[in-house]
Amino acid sequence: METKADPRANGAPDPRASGATPLVELKDIRIAFGGVQAVDGVSLDLYPGEVVGLLGHNGAGKSTLIKILSGAYKADSGEIRIEGEKATINSPRDARRYNIETIYQTLALADNLDAASNLFLGREITTRAGFVDDAKQEAETRKIMARLNPNFRKLSEPVSALSGGQRQSVAIARAVYFNARILIMDEPTAALGVHETAMVADLIKELKAQGLGIFLISHDTREMMDLCDRVSVMKNGQLVGTERVEDVTEDDILSMIIMGKNPKRDAA
Amino acid sequence: MSDTDSVPNAAPQKGRPADKAPARSFLNQLELDLRLLGMVGAFIAVCVVFNLLTDGRFLTPRNIFNLSIQTVSVAIMATGMVFIIVTRHIDLSVGALLATASAVMAMMQTRWLPDTLGLPLGHAALPWLAILAGLITGAVIGAFQGWLVGYLTIPAFIVTLGGLLIWRNVGWYITSGQTIGPLDETFQAFGGINGTLGAQWSWIFGLVAAGIAVLALISARRNKVGHGFPVKPVWAEAVVIGIIVAAILGFVALLNAYEIPSRVLARDFAARGAEMPEGYTAAYGIPYSVLLLIAVAVVMTVIARKTRLGRYIFATGGNPDAAELSGINTRLLTVKVFSIMGILVAISAVVASARLTNHSNDIGTLDELRVIAAAVIGGTALSGGIGTIYGAILGALIMQSLQSGMAMVGVDAPLQNIVVGTVLVAAVLIDIIYRRRVGGK
Repeated sequence: METKADPRANGAPDPRASGATPLVELKDIRIAFGGVQAVDGVSLDLYPGEVVGLLGHNGAGKSTLIKILSGAYKADSGEIRIEGEKATINSPRDARRYNIETIYQTLALADNLDAASNLFLGREITTRAGFVDDAKQEAETRKIMARLNPNFRKLSEPVSALSGGQRQSVAIARAVYFNARILIMDEPTAALGVHETAMVADLIKELKAQGLGIFLISHDTREMMDLCDRVSVMKNGQLVGTERVEDVTEDDILSMIIMGKNPKRDAA
Repeated sequence: MSDTDSVPNAAPQKGRPADKAPARSFLNQLELDLRLLGMVGAFIAVCVVFNLLTDGRFLTPRNIFNLSIQTVSVAIMATGMVFIIVTRHIDLSVGALLATASAVMAMMQTRWLPDTLGLPLGHAALPWLAILAGLITGAVIGAFQGWLVGYLTIPAFIVTLGGLLIWRNVGWYITSGQTIGPLDETFQAFGGINGTLGAQWSWIFGLVAAGIAVLALISARRNKVGHGFPVKPVWAEAVVIGIIVAAILGFVALLNAYEIPSRVLARDFAARGAEMPEGYTAAYGIPYSVLLLIAVAVVMTVIARKTRLGRYIFATGGNPDAAELSGINTRLLTVKVFSIMGILVAISAVVASARLTNHSNDIGTLDELRVIAAAVIGGTALSGGIGTIYGAILGALIMQSLQSGMAMVGVDAPLQNIVVGTVLVAAVLIDIIYRRRVGGK
């Protein structure tokens, strides 16, 4: 991954204050599955070098919303803007074209293939004759793995033979290898131990410093307070509210998740 | 993120450079596929047992020649069935589709082309136009079934079960139920005994094939060294090369040892108006149909291992959702896979009808079951994502050996099927146990 020289990197003031164009704008997104309004008029934005957390109960619509951005679902209505330009995302391939990379909750790995084949799935390196260049892919996989997970050695084995942490690092490597600008992480630490969770947190901070915009989904409120710049809470497909983490306490967020409203705001 | 396996004091991991050399066993160093070894072992066991039971009649050049040409048709289709099963589908229509393709090709060369284009029977273009028509028929019907499966999401089992009933009877209507023959002589050359390379060309083919195999192994090794990957020791590489070269040349030697009966030779000479010299002998050598199978095996293996298409086929079989999220068009992929199957069925139809020298309505009956069995005995997992081309061909060879071996021993026909059925189920059981041991799925 290239390190982008970004003036807003690390410690810079709130990017939104500078009047910069948001990296991503989701406007009034709606999608229904068989009469159930899974996402109901949600608007969100994301700036470069920013981490926006999505919180909510299971079934609140977080993953569905994010899958619309990653091209897995197509919204019934609403608009997606990437760097101010209207974007048409009808498939995961389209999303990749906008440098949107996703780490899915299920990891979305083909268990029968090795790490390199998974990393390059859909974007294989080919030789001049048009054949898949396995040796090159393996060499590239070694390089990125040496950075992300130095203990990773099972390169030629199917990923089904890997541990949860190793599988997760394959999924993360796939997202960051291709110069992502917008990263979507759907519960990246759900299956991980304490040590690995800390490593993911470090990685998120590093990527943020490089100027990537990150949407992070998690159930761990404390982790979210720690990693995110802003958090958006969803309930029953609707957006309860978006708050800067400095402005709220963990309890505020919890009541937004549970009751669907921010007690402070309501009091004011 | 760290590797959860690397707890302090854990045993050193396999493949770490430090503990590479001494601990690894002989077989490990050869880096041969254990499953392949198992299948080759099973095949050799079948051959040896039947050879003992038939007092040495099973492993004669003549019988091996016959075994080869009997295996070709099912083996060609089995390579396509690997892709179908790997993508978690099934194709029950291959036997029936073979009949339709065969009917189209037979009618093309005996009726339609002579009637419409006025080409006389025996015209040089007839067999090739007929084969082209057959291939197109197979590809289009295959693609259509793939479209029904991929885009209209009808289960492949149902689509091809329908196909099983439809295509055999479409074949019947094309020929009005008649047996069509004799087929063109050039066309018949693909059947086996009527078209062989002869001793000299067989040796040349064998040497070239062995040379290509050696070069491929050496260049693969160079490539690995170039990227700094671990390679097996030179002696192990040499042993593998030696085995492959010996296998290729041994096979050629065996087929070359099957000599054309002198009365057949005399007839050929008489037909050319010449006198056969005293003591003249000639060998059959490699049949064209076997060359066709080898070509199909090479192409299909390259597709499976070296192309994006192959990678997507296996990825989709391993995890269809992941493939979709990686931007792979799995619907179009299904169409392609079924279309490849259709083309291979048409190639098999050439071989099968050429071997019989005519087209009959029952051609390819029950082939769907033989083809699926060959793929499954060859290690293709019905749960998807796992399978090899060479495995399917070996599976076809094992099935054919069992069947003709039992026929030679004089086993009752019903018992033959009972044995084959039992072997199919046992082979899958062994495969499941093996996978559980090595920790795969």
